[in-house]
Order: sequence, then structure tokens, then C-alpha cells
Amino acid sequence: MAGSTLASPSAEPVVVPAKTSAAVSPGRETWRRFRRHRLAMASSVVLAILVLGVVIGPWLWPIAINDIDFSAQLQTPSWAHPFGTDDLGQDILARMIYGGRISLAVGLAAMFVATFVGVVVGALAGMSRRYVDSFLMWVTDLFLSLPQLPLLLLVIYLFREQLKAAFGVEGGVFVLIVIVIGGLKWMPVARLVRAQFMSLREKEFVEAARAQGATKFRQMVHHILPNALGPVIVAATIEVSSAIIAESTLSFLGLGFPPDIPTWGRLLFDAKDHLDSAPHWALFPGAAIFLTVLSINFIGDGLRDALDPRRVI
Amino acid sequence: MKDHDLRRLIEGIKTGSLSRRSFIKKAATVGLAAPFANQLLGFNGVAMAQNATIEYKPTKAGGGGPLKILLWQAPTLLNPHFASGTKDQIASRIFFEPLAGWDKEGNLIPQLAAETPSKANGGLSADGKEVTWKLKPGVKWHDGKPFTADDVVFTWEYAKDPATAAYTTGSYKDITVQKIDDLTIKVIFKEATPFWADPFVGTAGQILPKHHFADYVGAKSRDAPANLKPIGTGPYKFVDFKPGDILTGERFTDYHVKNQPHFDTLEVKGGGDAVSAARAVLQTGEFDYAWNLQVEDEVLKRMETGGRGKISAVASGDIEFIILNTTDPWTEVDGERSSVKTKHPTLSDPKVREAINLLIDRDSIQKFIYGRGGIATASFVNEPKMFKSQKLKYEFSVDKANKILDDAGYKRGADGIREKDGKKLKYVYQTSINAPRQKTQAIIKQACQRAGIELELKSVTASVFFSSDVANPDTYTKLYVDIEMYTTTQPQPDPERFLNQFTTEEIANKENKWLGRNVSRYSDPAADAAFKAAQKELDPAKRAALLIKVNEIFCEANVILPLLSRTRVAASVHNLVHDHSGWDVDTWNLAAWYRS
Amino acid sequence: MASYLLRRLLIAIPSLLGISLILFTVLAMAPGDPFSEMATNPNVPPEVREALRASFGLNDPIMVRYLRWLTSMMQGDWGFSFASRINVDKLILQRVPTTLFVVGSSQILALLIALPVGIYAATRPYSVFDQIANTLAFVGFSLPTFFTGLLFILVFSVALDWFPFVYRSDIAATGWRWYWEMFRQAIMPIMVLGLFQAASYTRYVRSAVLDVIRLDYVTTARAKGLSERKVTLRHITRNALIPVVTLVALQMPAVFGGAIVTEQIFRIPGIGSLLIDAILANDTPVIMAVTFVFACLVVIFNLIADLLYGWLDPRISFS
Repeated sequence: MAGSTLASPSAEPVVVPAKTSAAVSPGRETWRRFRRHRLAMASSVVLAILVLGVVIGPWLWPIAINDIDFSAQLQTPSWAHPFGTDDLGQDILARMIYGGRISLAVGLAAMFVATFVGVVVGALAGMSRRYVDSFLMWVTDLFLSLPQLPLLLLVIYLFREQLKAAFGVEGGVFVLIVIVIGGLKWMPVARLVRAQFMSLREKEFVEAARAQGATKFRQMVHHILPNALGPVIVAATIEVSSAIIAESTLSFLGLGFPPDIPTWGRLLFDAKDHLDSAPHWALFPGAAIFLTVLSINFIGDGLRDALDPRRVI
Repeated sequence: MKDHDLRRLIEGIKTGSLSRRSFIKKAATVGLAAPFANQLLGFNGVAMAQNATIEYKPTKAGGGGPLKILLWQAPTLLNPHFASGTKDQIASRIFFEPLAGWDKEGNLIPQLAAETPSKANGGLSADGKEVTWKLKPGVKWHDGKPFTADDVVFTWEYAKDPATAAYTTGSYKDITVQKIDDLTIKVIFKEATPFWADPFVGTAGQILPKHHFADYVGAKSRDAPANLKPIGTGPYKFVDFKPGDILTGERFTDYHVKNQPHFDTLEVKGGGDAVSAARAVLQTGEFDYAWNLQVEDEVLKRMETGGRGKISAVASGDIEFIILNTTDPWTEVDGERSSVKTKHPTLSDPKVREAINLLIDRDSIQKFIYGRGGIATASFVNEPKMFKSQKLKYEFSVDKANKILDDAGYKRGADGIREKDGKKLKYVYQTSINAPRQKTQAIIKQACQRAGIELELKSVTASVFFSSDVANPDTYTKLYVDIEMYTTTQPQPDPERFLNQFTTEEIANKENKWLGRNVSRYSDPAADAAFKAAQKELDPAKRAALLIKVNEIFCEANVILPLLSRTRVAASVHNLVHDHSGWDVDTWNLAAWYRS
Repeated sequence: MASYLLRRLLIAIPSLLGISLILFTVLAMAPGDPFSEMATNPNVPPEVREALRASFGLNDPIMVRYLRWLTSMMQGDWGFSFASRINVDKLILQRVPTTLFVVGSSQILALLIALPVGIYAATRPYSVFDQIANTLAFVGFSLPTFFTGLLFILVFSVALDWFPFVYRSDIAATGWRWYWEMFRQAIMPIMVLGLFQAASYTRYVRSAVLDVIRLDYVTTARAKGLSERKVTLRHITRNALIPVVTLVALQMPAVFGGAIVTEQIFRIPGIGSLLIDAILANDTPVIMAVTFVFACLVVIFNLIADLLYGWLDPRISFS
């Protein structure tokens, strides 16, 4: 099969017309299909509400997140505190709104970084057959074997001050966290994408494209990648939840946000010792993470079905 | 002054005009708790308590079944002189014993010694340079060989050799030990040493059997088979050990105390976290005893109600405190920040420090976070009570703090933060990662906010914070922040060595690779002088007064802000009678534990 | 094929050397030292700490330390642990059986759940079964193991008193009782880990099957009159296995490496808890040994996965 590269070098600059004679453009068609995926639509709404909630929430619920009130320790939900209070008497709703911004931003940004790096590395490795593949897989193996905790401590110690200087306290930490989480989570995506590419690059439709003179880049982006997206979307959605939780782990290493910033993962962690007496404390952040993951998953499913022309909706 | 009264009382008891009991009563009237009064007597030639603090009821050894102890940090080695942490010291103390240990009230209790040395029994020399220990006769090692003075002398040779790399070297390198006869040894100090109960006492004093370690002194120390298969004199014999996991033992039938120990087998399991360790004792009863429960008291209380066990807290020398940095942590001079050559732009102003001290709500921190785990205090040294400053008091008042800052000319800016001459009251407040500490940070931050001071909270993982890594800016001795909080330990019921962290020569700096013990970098010639005098002072009352002065100088300067005198908290099942101490490891008197 | 294998194995040696150098550098540069526990103890003078640093060779340049490590490693000497002062290989061997048992069982459990559920859900997309399976899977990976582990303890140990939650490597029993005790103490950690893993596996299997289920050859197979069962098992599953094989190969080193959080919660004396203790104590020889074995396994299982791709899809060529 390797010998079937028919495209002559001179054919490469020629742009192969990709226009189909369909009446609607592919983008609009995808949107039409996506809209008919009811769960995906509902999930988009839920995610939008979550995002909106954490963005405009502080105006609607203007209670300070660090208002300590010992007379209101561990209260169950009430009108004064719809989500209850924690062991310092701080309002959990206010804390969730504040922390949610960070959790959502970190979760989504880290997902994009991890997925992007993973797809690029995996695609390059999967397309090339020799040294590039060997080298990229070596890098992947290296990252998989690095012990994360000492590495994180090293990263904090090397870069925290510089990033703080460049982006400010919160901005610096945000950039650091997204890079760290993204940088440590792309490997499974890369391996998955590479495996898909190795299988797909030999399939008939890719060969057909190759025969038509499609460049390697075109083969990758237009022909193989859309067909390899299934596991990527699953991986990306799992990444969101693991990034939200990983952020809380990082703050225990001193790498994350300062200890008084209540991200969802951190709320969940703080709540664990009070799980038997104050389950509401864990319930709300847990539910928020779950809803985020759920909606992103369904959106992913919807996108996948919408992008897959074989699927009849 | 107090020390005068005390001296008169002590004279009385020496000449026989006053009984021991009435001395203790009278001492209590001048503010001394009974046990510490006891100890005070010890240093002045009157015998100390000879019995441990619990009453031992079983009438025969053995028959108690298994005893299961849970340590949430797992022991990794069993040689007491290599024991870097409490977990290892606890484990090795099961098998090895010192000449004497400390009970929970700070009394010295003989273990392998026949009696505690005193002036009356000729154990202490008048010049304070020699201590003679009489050893208990009839003590056997687990392999049946007799315990003699040779073992004690050997332990000194073993630990003092720098090539052995023992953590206990500090207690042995500057002394000489002589064998007088098979059951007597003499410890000779280079200088008069008022606090002589350090070598061969407590955690650092566990005696090794010469016949198992003689070939493994110095660089070969690591190869000794007995490092992992200990043979000691303790109440339980070694059975099996998996480092970082589990340690098992069985009753030593030839133990040197009659009718002890009570349990037939012993199991020490390690790992996990403190909360679930408490759960395994208090709620499910899977284990009999769990140690060092640094858990919020609320959580413990809930587990106790209707559960299978109880909590016990004993006084210790641990103090949770805050340092206000009077040097500038943000300017580098000669390759180091927080150099004594610099001055902090605002914290060098005593008024600001005074205001911050008023913004710490110690009572709430105790009530809502530490509970039985700590007692709010304004004194750096709190135990033994004779060394606690009676003068230092604490107060929480946002209004007073505001007034002091207003008077000192710090005006609130548009953002609500006070400033003077363009210098804002904005600080980085650092501590190690530990849930109660982060809550304390939150409480103090909020109070400061109300007084126009902004704190940026920073937390560093404990393994980095407490390391001596020269390259790392986040270690506690570097003090590259404005405000720092941690707990420091006074290991013996005597604060002399502990208070060296308030001397000029101990200031941590680049030159001593930040290994100096004075982390605050603050110094005062008066404190130096008082400390030097205390080191030589053999009169206990005068010595205590000098050490209290050192403490007061630093606390009154508001450089050191003590928060809580910590207690050691342990959990046990209801029917276990145990004896843990804040001055020694939890297993110091394991032989006397029993099930009722 | 054989020459491909040989070539890959030859490449593995320099690549492992490279990985070991980077691992060592990261560990050596990471902040902290093994003496943090005695830091605030005034009885340990600074000179002692400094002497200990020197005696452990911590003050030498990184390259010297690396070469020293490499040469002794070549001779089969894994070094000794700073924390317990015994040989590292002995320390690791003590932990291997428990880790293999607990983490291995949980992986098997995860596959046993994920494969049938994922395939069945994909053959009936958006059916009630599919929706329930999906939702449970989302719950599964939204909740971290520290949380589910604690929940299990509160329900099954504290409230119901069915299982112990402290794992013991030495059960004082023989015969059937031993197996029973072993089962009782292992069930909770295995479930926690297994269900967490199963949740993500299920999503991957479902997605992979959905990808192939609509391909032409499946339709052809059906058209040939093959039974639905046969089509699903022979034609769909085999082709859908590539991502699953990739994931399992990614997870296999973890069977050795253990599961840090779960091992902490249930006090399982596995490699994961050894590693975390070593990291917290900055016990570099132990960290280095564990991560290096882990790295070897990563490389080996990557190779195995590549070979399996060729078997699953013969068109993938090894040139």
C-alpha cells in the first residue's frame, strides 16, 4: 500500500476542489443535525446557565465569600444560605459562584490544551512512519513516566515568581495551572489519536484521497481526523472533570490558587471530613462538577453525531 | 520575687523542716503546678517521682490478647538513633528503652535506671558537670543476655561517631561517658549543665545492645541486621516489620517490670490520614489506639458521640506561632532576601506589629478550630508552667488596632488599604499546608481586612516548607515573606535549648545556609545576655526567671506572636488504659498499658 | 515482524536511558530534602543535618550523582532508601504482590463492566439502557476517588459495619477464612478503583463501537445473514478494540505503579503509597527506582500495544 502514492510532486500545489454539490453548506448541515440532538441542545443550555451563573452570579448574590460567621457553622440550606454554610459559617453558594469561574475556566482551558497537544502529537506520530513517530512516542512515554508530584513542585519553584510578575497573582496561577494540567494530560489523547491514525491511514477513503493527490496535511485534517474524533471527544470530556479535580489537588501542593479561593474541587475536598454531618457541603460542588461534565459530554456526543455524515438523524 | 520564695521553700525541704507534700502545696500557691514543682525539686537534690502516672491493675503478665495501634504516618525504620520522625521513634521505643522517660506531667521516670540521679543519692555533682546513673539490675535483652553499663557506654560511642550519621548525635557529641562498674555509669559534661536529663533520656536516649551493634559503628552502621530486627529490653519482642506498612511484636516473657506487659501480641499499622485513623478507633473500633490526631475538634467530637472510643489530650511543648518579619523580604542584599542588613518598610514599625497582634482572634481559633488540640496563649513557652510568662496577655480588638494605626499615621487609601508615605500595609502570609492552618489564615485575614491591612495567603507543602534545601525560596528558615506561621517543638520539659532561636548567633542567613534556628532574625542584646546567663545558672528559680525574660523580650516586641500551646491528641477505645505523654513518644510507657 | 520487534527493543534502550536522565534531573532539582521532619527539633543541630546531606551525597553535582546511580543500577544495585536505610529493591518487592492484586483486580473488574455495557449501549444508542449507563458513567468520573472511597467507608464500614477499611497485608488466618478476610478487606478499594476506571472505559468502548457499527463492512456482514451476535462480537468488537487496547496499555503500568489516592484511603501497602511516602520524605533513591520501573513498563506496554494494533487490524503495517 505504501507504494500506491500516485500523487506526483508537481500535483501538490494544485488545490483539489472540495466543493460538493450539496444544497446546504457543511457547516449549516452540521448545525441542523446538532439542533435535532435534543440532549445536546438541552446540555448547551445547562452549560450556558452554569457559565452565566458564575459570571453574573456575584451581582445577583452579593455575599462576601470569606465572611466568617461562627454562629452559622455548618447550616443546612435555608433562605439566608440557599446552599448552606461551611464550618467557618461561610456561604457556600457565594463561594461556589466565585470558585466556579475558576473551575470552569480551568476545566475548559486545560481540556483544550490537553486535547490540542494530544491531537497534534498523535496525528503527526500516526502519519509519519519512522523517526518522527519514534521520537514523539519517546516524548509521550517520557511524560507518562514522569512522577507528577516532584515535577509539579519543581515547576512551581522554577516559574511561579516569573509568571506572577508577568500575569499578576491570579492570572499567573491560572496560566501555570492550565499549562501544568494540560501538559500532564495530553498523553492518552496522543496515543489514542495515533492508534486511530495508524488504522485509518490505510483505509480505502484515505487511499482514494491520496490517489486524488491530496497533500499529507489535507489527508490528515480533512479525511482522517474527522473519523478519529470519537475517542478524542470522549477523552476531552473526561479531561474536563479530571482538570477541575486536579486543580484542587494542585492547591494542596501550594501550586494552585491561594488557599482561600474556593474552587469546586477544593470545596469538595474540604467537605469530605464533614460528609456524615453536613452532606450538603459536598453535594453542591459535586453536583456542579457532575452537571458540567454531563453537559459537555452530551454536547460532545451531539457534535460527533452531527459531524458524522453516515449517521441518519 | 517568686524565685526568692521558692528557694526558701527548697531549703526547708532539704533541711527536713518541710515535707515533700507540703512543699508541693506551698509551691502551688506561688503558681507552680504540682508535677513541675516535683521536677524543680529534682534539680535541687531531692528525689523525683519513681512511679509512672497511671495505676497498673493487672496482676499477671500476659493474657490481654492483641493490642492494635494505628499510626497514620507509617514507621520506616526501627533503629532509634536513625529515627528521623516521631513515627519511627514510637516504633523503636516498643523494643528499646532509655534510662529514663518523661511522663505526661513532665516528671522524669526511671526505666532502665534503678533510680533517677539526684543530689541526695549522689547522682548529681555540685558543679553541675557530672551525672551518675545507677542501672536497674536483672534486666535482660530479648535474646537473654544481661543488660550492663557496657551497653550504655557503647550507645554513647555509637551515637557520637559522626560517620554513624545518627540523628541523636547532638545529645552525645560533647559529653564523655565512663563505666564505673557493671551497673553504674557517669556522664561528664564539658560545662555546668543545669538541664542534664538529655543523654540516655527519652527519645534520644534509647540504649542499644553492644553485642549486636559493636561491629556496626560508623560508616558500617547501615548494614547492621539489627536495624531491621531489633533486639532490645522493651516489653514486646520483635516479630515482623514491613517498612512503611506494618510492625508486629509479641510479649517479652522476661520483661524487667513485674506483671508487665499485659498484651500478648502487638500490631502497629501505618499509613493513611489522621481523620480516618480517628475513625478506625472511635467509630469502628478496628484499632485500639491512634496517635497525633491533628484533626479539627468538631470532627473528633462527632466521632466520639455514641462511638467506641474517647479522645485524650496532654500538654506538650509544641507552640503554634506567627513571625512578623522585621527585615525586608523583597529586597536582595548580597544574595539573600530578608537579610538583617535590611529593614521592613512597614513591619519594622512596632506600632504596626502591635496592631497586628490585636487582630488575632486567638479565642475563636481555639474554640472553632483546634478545640482540645490547643490552648490560646500569648507566651512562647507555656510548659512546664514554671517557664510560662505570667505577664504576657493577649487581646482581640479591631477597634484598638484601628486606633493604633490611625494614631501612627497610616491612612486608608481608596481601596480601603492603609498606607503611609506611599507604603501600603499589604503582606504575604505564609504557612505550611494543613487544614487547620489554612482556616487560621482565613480568620486572621478577615480581621486584618477590617483594619485596613491586606494579606495575601500563601501555603507551601510541608515537605518543602520544612526542608533545609538551600536552593528553595519557600523553606521556613528563608522567611522570604512578611508573615509566617508554623508550629515549633520544645522536645524536653525544659526550654533552654528551645529558646536558642531567640539569640543573635542563631540568626538564619546565607552564611549558615539558613540552618540557623533564629528564623525571625530579630535580636536584642538583653535577650542574648539573659540566655547566656541561664545556660550556666544552676539555681532553678533564677534560671527560670532568665528564660522567661528571653521569651518576654520577643513577645513584647510583637515579633513573635504565639497563638496556641498545642496539645498531643490521641484516640483510644473505651476499655484501653494507656499513658501517652507530650514530653516523650506515645509508646514511652507501653509496658503499663492494659485493657480494663 | 521479528526484525521490527528487535528494532523497537534496540530503540528502547537509548530511549530509556534518556528518560532516566531526565527523571533523575527532575528529582534532583525538585525542592525539598529528606530531613524536613526534624527541622523544628532543636535537638538536631544544623551540623548534623549538613553532615547527613553530605553522607547521602546530596551535595554533589547532579551529573555525578546520576552517573553513580546509573553505574550501580547496571550492577543490579538499586541504592538504599534514605528514610528506612534499607535496599530499595527489597522495599519494592515487599509491595509488589499487594499492588498487583488490588490494582490488577480493579482493572479486570473495570473491563468486565465496561466491555459488555459499552458494546450493548452502543448497539442501542439513546435507548433507556444507554442513557442510564451514560449517566452512571458521568457520575463515576465526576467524583474523585478520594470522595467515593470515603463514601464507601461511611456506608459500608461505619454505618453498616460490613467491611474493615484498614487493609492488612498479614491476615492471621488460613484456608477459607484467609480468602474470606482477604475478600472483605479488598472489596472496597477494588470497587472504588474499578468503578472509576469502568466509567471512563465504558465511554470509550461505546464511542469506539459507535464508530464502526455504521461502517459498510458491518452492513455487509449483516446482509450476508450472519447472526446479530456474531456480527457484534466478530466484526464490530474486534475493530472497535483499538482505542480500548490503547487505553488498557496506558493503564497497565499503573497496575505496577499502584493507585496513590485509593491506597492512602484504605491504607493499602502498595507501590503507590510507597511512592507518595518517598516523595513526601524526598527519598530520592526510592522515587527514582519506582519511576524508572514504571518508565520501563510504559515503554514495554506501548510496544505491546503497537503489536496488538497489527493483530487487530492487519492493514497496519510495520515498516
